[in-house]
Amino acid sequence: MHLSLTAVCKTFGRGRAAKQVLDTISFEINSGEFVALVGSSGSGKSTVMRLIAGLDRPTSGTILMDGRPITGPGHDRGMVFQKYSLYPWMTAADNVAFGMTLQGLPAREVRERTGYFLEVVGLQDAAGRLPRELSGGMQQRVAIARALAADPKVMLLDEPFGALDLQIRESMQEFLYQLWNRTGLTALLITHDLEEALLMAQRVHIMAPHPGRIVRTVEAELDRGDLGALRVDRRFLEVREDLARCLRGLSQETVTPLPPV
Amino acid sequence: MRLSAGLWRRLDHPWVLGVLGILIVLVVWQLIAASGSVDRLFLPSPAGVLAAGSAQAEAGILLADAIASIGRVLGGYALSMLVSLPLGIAMGSNRIICRLLEPLIGLIRYMPAPAFIPLLIIYFGLGELPKVLLIFIGTLFFNTLMIMDAVKFVPAELLESALTMGGRRLQILTRVVTPFIAPQVLDAYRINMAAAWNLVIVAELVAANEGLGKRISLAQRFLRTDEIFAYLIVIGLIGLAIDLIFRLVLRRTCRWAI
Ligand SMILES: Nc1ncnc2c1ncn2[C@@H]1O[C@H](COP(=O)(O)OP(=O)(O)OP(=O)(O)O)[C@@H](O)[C@H]1O
Ligand SMILES: [Mg+2]
Repeated sequence: MHLSLTAVCKTFGRGRAAKQVLDTISFEINSGEFVALVGSSGSGKSTVMRLIAGLDRPTSGTILMDGRPITGPGHDRGMVFQKYSLYPWMTAADNVAFGMTLQGLPAREVRERTGYFLEVVGLQDAAGRLPRELSGGMQQRVAIARALAADPKVMLLDEPFGALDLQIRESMQEFLYQLWNRTGLTALLITHDLEEALLMAQRVHIMAPHPGRIVRTVEAELDRGDLGALRVDRRFLEVREDLARCLRGLSQETVTPLPPV
Repeated sequence: MRLSAGLWRRLDHPWVLGVLGILIVLVVWQLIAASGSVDRLFLPSPAGVLAAGSAQAEAGILLADAIASIGRVLGGYALSMLVSLPLGIAMGSNRIICRLLEPLIGLIRYMPAPAFIPLLIIYFGLGELPKVLLIFIGTLFFNTLMIMDAVKFVPAELLESALTMGGRRLQILTRVVTPFIAPQVLDAYRINMAAAWNLVIVAELVAANEGLGKRISLAQRFLRTDEIFAYLIVIGLIGLAIDLIFRLVLRRTCRWAI
């Protein structure tokens, strides 16, 4: 699997209402890599992901998947959204099975793979429950299992833990990292949380807004044997602080301090 | 104070209060009728209405009328449900179809359906077809527009998830959009059923050999207000029963949405 973006630009609207959202975005992802895209709100992260997923078209530039241009959505690029996007009328198992049934896999294979992927995300006991009967973290795990079960070559994760509270978030980060480690999937993670990005991704692209562009790329070669320890590792904190400074410098919104009383 | 609060809590039940409301009206009605201040011809007593209704029922007329009316409603409304579902989904999911049809439907919707009766009679005579068609055109557009709106509010993430799992357009319409809007569709069907039930009575008032509406217009000719009252109550009860059936179907089939 090889995914490449070359000088991708995206402008929404026409004429006077035109707004350039992405400016010459270029990067690649190779098989088995975990890449993160970090930037403040409105820097165009989701737009990049939607272009890769084929849900939107670039205004200019090329996106190639294994050398072929992307013409529309397909199951080779799985997606997990920030907002819970499970089908509310389907049980967890039916949600996981859904992509496979869309693709017309034989019932037996669907059953087996559904069981397998529910187990991968540790939810075999929740198979018969409806999404509304699951916690936020469990719902996102089902969403990840559902995307995996559809057999993608690359997983696109758009702030998958953005709506979760801090503790669940940390355990989900652990979970996603272990999942990647075990299954050797290829992932592109979008987040505005630097820690989250550095914790899991070997390569982190920092995006600046107005228009969205990549201003810095870090190869984060860290020892990820123990993520809990990594969170407080000195070198990890140094890299994080350095990038945080870079992000702060990019932020156009400055808050004026309150005058002294 | 404490006692009345307890009483309120016991009364505060959907059925109890509803029955109470009906009972109050019945009592007031009985009191006015018994006082003799209103001519019996204009306001028959509840007992008189019950007697008139039973007489019709025993003669088998009531049942025959009810069956005739319900049959027409079922025919016309089933057709309306059947056509409005794909039409509403098509309009809600396809911009071109929507732009093509929305102004047209918006216009026809404001033409009162009963005003089509003369045309329908000219085209199709006095048989069943014009009545069934009246119910069909009188409810089709309401159902269609409500379904269209429901489709437009299907969250984009649900559609896009299916696309990124290899779903094709038609699959997404049948396997994502349709189940998602099912509760709203059933509710639209239930709400617009009231219009269908109104229209069948109107059609029968104009021209019919039998039916609840027909019997009312006959009763008018003989000044039988007791029969008119009895038939009005029956019409209301059947409507209520249909409403409850739709609610039951919704509760049974769309557990996830309740
Ligand atoms: N369909 C669209 N039409 C017009 N403007 C759009 C559209 N989609 C996104 N935008 C604009 O593009 C910019 C970038 O949006 P995008 O959602 O990609 O940012 P983001 O980095 O994902 O932000 P967030 O962190 O808030 O999710 C925003 O200013 C947004 O208003
Ligand atoms: Mg976003």
